Amino acid sequence: MKTLTKIWQTKGLARYMLLIGVLLTLVFVVFAVFAPWIAPYDFDQIRADGVRFPKSSPSSGEHWLGTNDQFYDIFSRVIWGSRTALKVVLLSVVFSAVIGVPLGLTSGFIGGWLDRVLVFLMDAIYSFPSLLLAIVFAFWLQNSLNGADLAPPFSWILSAFGAGEMAAALSLTAIYVPQYFRVVRNTTVAAREATYVEAARALGAGPFTIMRKYLFGNVVQSVPVIGTLNAADALSTLAALGFLGLGIQPTDAAEWGYDLSRALDNVSAGDLSPALWPGLAIILLITGLTLVGEGLNETLNPTLRRRRLQAVRFGPKSEVKA
Amino acid sequence: MELAKQARGAESREGQPDLPPVVLTTADLSVHYALQGSALARLFGMRSATVKALDGVSLEVRRGEVLGLVGESGSGKTTLGRAVLGLAPSAGGSITYHTDHGDQVVSEMSRRQLRGLRTNLQMVFQDPTAALNPSMTIREAVGHPLVIHKIARGRELHQRVNEALERVGLSPVERFAPKYPSDLSGGQKQRAVIARAIILEPEVLVADEPVSMLDMSVRAKILQLMLDLQEELGLTYLYITHDLASAKYVCDRIAIMYLGRVVEIGPTAEIFANPRHPYTKALLKAIPEPDPTLSVPRDLPRGEIPDAAVPPLGCSFHPRCPEAVAQCGWESRDLRALLEQHWTRREPGTFEAEQDLVGNLDALDTPSTTARLAGDPVQVGELLERIRSEDPDEPLWLGVDSIGDVGGQVQVDFRDGVDPPLRRAGGVDVACVLYPDQDA
Amino acid sequence: MSELIDVAAGEGLLAEPVLSVRDLRVWYGTDRGPVRAVDGVSFDLQRGEILGLVGESGCGKSTLGRGLLGLLPDGAASDGELFFDGTDLLSLRPRDFNRLRGSQLGMIFQEPLTRLNPLMRISEHFSETLKVHEKGISKEEIKRRSLEALRVMGIPPTRFRAYPHEFSGGMRQRLMIALTLVVRPAFVVADEPTTALDVLVEAQIIRILHDLRATYDTSLILITHNLGIVAEACDRVAVMYAGKIVEIGDAREVFSHPQHSYTRELLRSTISLRTTGLNYIDGAPPDLVEPPSGCHFHPRCPDAMTVCVQTEPEPRVLPNGTRAACWAADLRSDVVSLSAEDRAPLVREEIAVADEA
Repeated sequence: MKTLTKIWQTKGLARYMLLIGVLLTLVFVVFAVFAPWIAPYDFDQIRADGVRFPKSSPSSGEHWLGTNDQFYDIFSRVIWGSRTALKVVLLSVVFSAVIGVPLGLTSGFIGGWLDRVLVFLMDAIYSFPSLLLAIVFAFWLQNSLNGADLAPPFSWILSAFGAGEMAAALSLTAIYVPQYFRVVRNTTVAAREATYVEAARALGAGPFTIMRKYLFGNVVQSVPVIGTLNAADALSTLAALGFLGLGIQPTDAAEWGYDLSRALDNVSAGDLSPALWPGLAIILLITGLTLVGEGLNETLNPTLRRRRLQAVRFGPKSEVKA
Repeated sequence: MELAKQARGAESREGQPDLPPVVLTTADLSVHYALQGSALARLFGMRSATVKALDGVSLEVRRGEVLGLVGESGSGKTTLGRAVLGLAPSAGGSITYHTDHGDQVVSEMSRRQLRGLRTNLQMVFQDPTAALNPSMTIREAVGHPLVIHKIARGRELHQRVNEALERVGLSPVERFAPKYPSDLSGGQKQRAVIARAIILEPEVLVADEPVSMLDMSVRAKILQLMLDLQEELGLTYLYITHDLASAKYVCDRIAIMYLGRVVEIGPTAEIFANPRHPYTKALLKAIPEPDPTLSVPRDLPRGEIPDAAVPPLGCSFHPRCPEAVAQCGWESRDLRALLEQHWTRREPGTFEAEQDLVGNLDALDTPSTTARLAGDPVQVGELLERIRSEDPDEPLWLGVDSIGDVGGQVQVDFRDGVDPPLRRAGGVDVACVLYPDQDA
Repeated sequence: MSELIDVAAGEGLLAEPVLSVRDLRVWYGTDRGPVRAVDGVSFDLQRGEILGLVGESGCGKSTLGRGLLGLLPDGAASDGELFFDGTDLLSLRPRDFNRLRGSQLGMIFQEPLTRLNPLMRISEHFSETLKVHEKGISKEEIKRRSLEALRVMGIPPTRFRAYPHEFSGGMRQRLMIALTLVVRPAFVVADEPTTALDVLVEAQIIRILHDLRATYDTSLILITHNLGIVAEACDRVAVMYAGKIVEIGDAREVFSHPQHSYTRELLRSTISLRTTGLNYIDGAPPDLVEPPSGCHFHPRCPDAMTVCVQTEPEPRVLPNGTRAACWAADLRSDVVSLSAEDRAPLVREEIAVADEA
């Protein structure tokens, strides 16, 4: 509650960053949610009323942004691509946080060999080139998830999100868990020396209670910032995977990175349109998410911010009668 | 605003044959902390120094009394408070908590068993801001002990939190309960901390400098609150402080601590009327009094609290003690201090002339009863004579056994020192050779 | 070498004061309005005297100390007059003010480590300080002055080439004082210099500060919340409340015959070895953005009268020599005459038990 008020009251650079970032992101959220109504065609639609779409055609009345070399309508692909992008990114951020935060909390609080092992593991993952890791996971998961027999709730998630998206999301999760782990662990190590934690121990609180009530609320402040910046990074990794053809197949869902890779031939032939629009979408959404993240950072971490100076005007020298 | 003066129960209790039962005992309790050695040392696995935060403390706390633990930094008073609660691991000795159902040895209990003990032993902390979780409201914070120990829920929990808040003066309750610690003032936060400590109805309360971070105008209020609660709830207090003045008012008995030991312990009145240990005397003289007729005290012990990792030989207080004698434990480091004091007193020119005479003094930093000074033995001998004549009353000279020429260097041999344990002297126990052991 | 200055505080009154503060105000800008941290403070500082500045947290003493040295943070604005050596410091450009600071205006803070560079030896600290403020000083002179300063502070010359972290807390504070005094400033502001130190070391440092005038001709403003230190070491004392000086006068006089109700109550709430009963002051210090009307202390004052709410009392010199801003004190000393209506005791709002600092 207090955090929300803080956000509401930001001024200056942080406020504008947040505003623009939220607006940008909101545009794509609207695209994602209302895709069936906004997009004139389906993401894998190549004909309408029995007539096949033209290939790589310029913008026209039926195809506002033209078509690409796979007969898809670019405009629809961009709109549906928002849905894919946000689905995958949301999933991966949630998974990463749900795994990374509790691990970081426990590791930081308990310490000892558990902490040492986990830190080593996380550092190893973190130092691995993220794209490479994502590719490895993508390869592995693509095959295993298709037609996989999972228990609920995973089966529900699978059906809601689709196998392709799920695989992409999980690949991204693997890369980002260490970020949450590190930040939460380091904050926990510092916070566990606080007097109120010792007070909690003096009251007789067990380790789980301490972690839950005394540490969690006070160490997760950086998580929303990491989450949004994470989302921006995840999106670019997703696009990279798609560009390399290792992401989501065009028949499963629309994905901007894949469309971008297909548009390379068009570009060398002089036709920028099929590359321009997916590329623009990627840039705008990443920018939007980054601005939200940086704006949040400026708001929630006042040490990085100079106090706004208010001008002081001196009143009359002495108050005589009230 | 005047508060009624509390009749200090100790005086009335002292003469009586039947004292209240002992509720807490420590027997030769020691707590050691390992110092973080240099990076290199840790790399090669070399053992780093240990600090004896508590070095063999034996105490008895009786039900209903207020025992003061008074000392400066490094005295071990805070460590003792934490150890009693099981918050600091003991390296030796024992802590026993005596209940009606038998004795529980706190120092040997597992973490789980200790948690059960929390309902009986509680703590009030020095910094009220740091002691409260910033993300819990006062209601949540004060009620949390009941939740942790599954004692009350729902309506009953609400009720008991209200009672506790009323008891500590945070009323009307609804004005304070829903607030966060950052909305409250220092005094109010400390009341909340006290409410949280008493809600479990404990027997013993360890109060670690409960008012030192509060403003003067509020201290009296909080101290009075604690005394009132003691009456109402039959509490026993361990009052930890560096402020002798408040200890005098609040405590029945006082233990003066220095470098991990108790150096003097006895009834408050006796300690103040007739302080015995030189450290106690010094503390009393040093307390700044807002008395316009007094002036800055002149004859205070020199030096500062020594490094606890390598304490002085013999009696830990001897390097600073104005009343030290021959067997107090004189050693090489005292010789170094003597030389440095000499040079500090004289003009800078003297230092330059004499510095080369004795060379590097770092060898004296290893504690030993034998001290060697490099340089021409005749001139060094003359130097020592000069220093002695400047201040013949310097107690160090009493501890010198002999000064001789050994292998071309001057060697000063000190008498072996004695580390005095606590012994009875009049109405108090004192750890000082000036008060001979009556049983010996 | 050491110059003995034979100026007792009393004699100094005839000579020109070192510092003359007239109606100094330091306000901070906030969203709610300006915080009146220092709200109209006037006093003189005589040559060679030790002036104690006491008050509880939030009274403005630290802000005043920093304001005198021009060390206010951004967002604070000063107003009034601050005369030093014939110049109004507040009219100086920051650059000129900076030049004065360190050579003419010294400062001693609570935590010396903030001032000492951990990578520089003590000798280097001294030489840096001296070279900055006394151009053209020779190496021998630097060494001589530094060792002399150390000697006066009781620091052994063997430590001259040591690093700051090799010193204990009390030694570091002595070092800080030595570094401040080696350039012989005209006056020094010491802000809670001993609060972080143990009792015995504190007494040693206070004694050193008290003896300063025997060796240096420096005036000292000692800011603290510890009344005992002020009583023992200071010539005069100024008591602050809510940004104003409510009472100022000879230390002995103020402590034995406090005139202002706040001074009296503060002394009564101080717990000392002679305390026989616990006393406190009702209520909490006021909001400095919208302080109470009239006398800022009236909501908590047991002697409050009707006039105290309506009109702010003017500082007046009372028969015993102290200057106080208090209607009750004025009345008691027959310095003013008030109507019966003005004199009527104030019916105050009930202050809850937990309404406190």
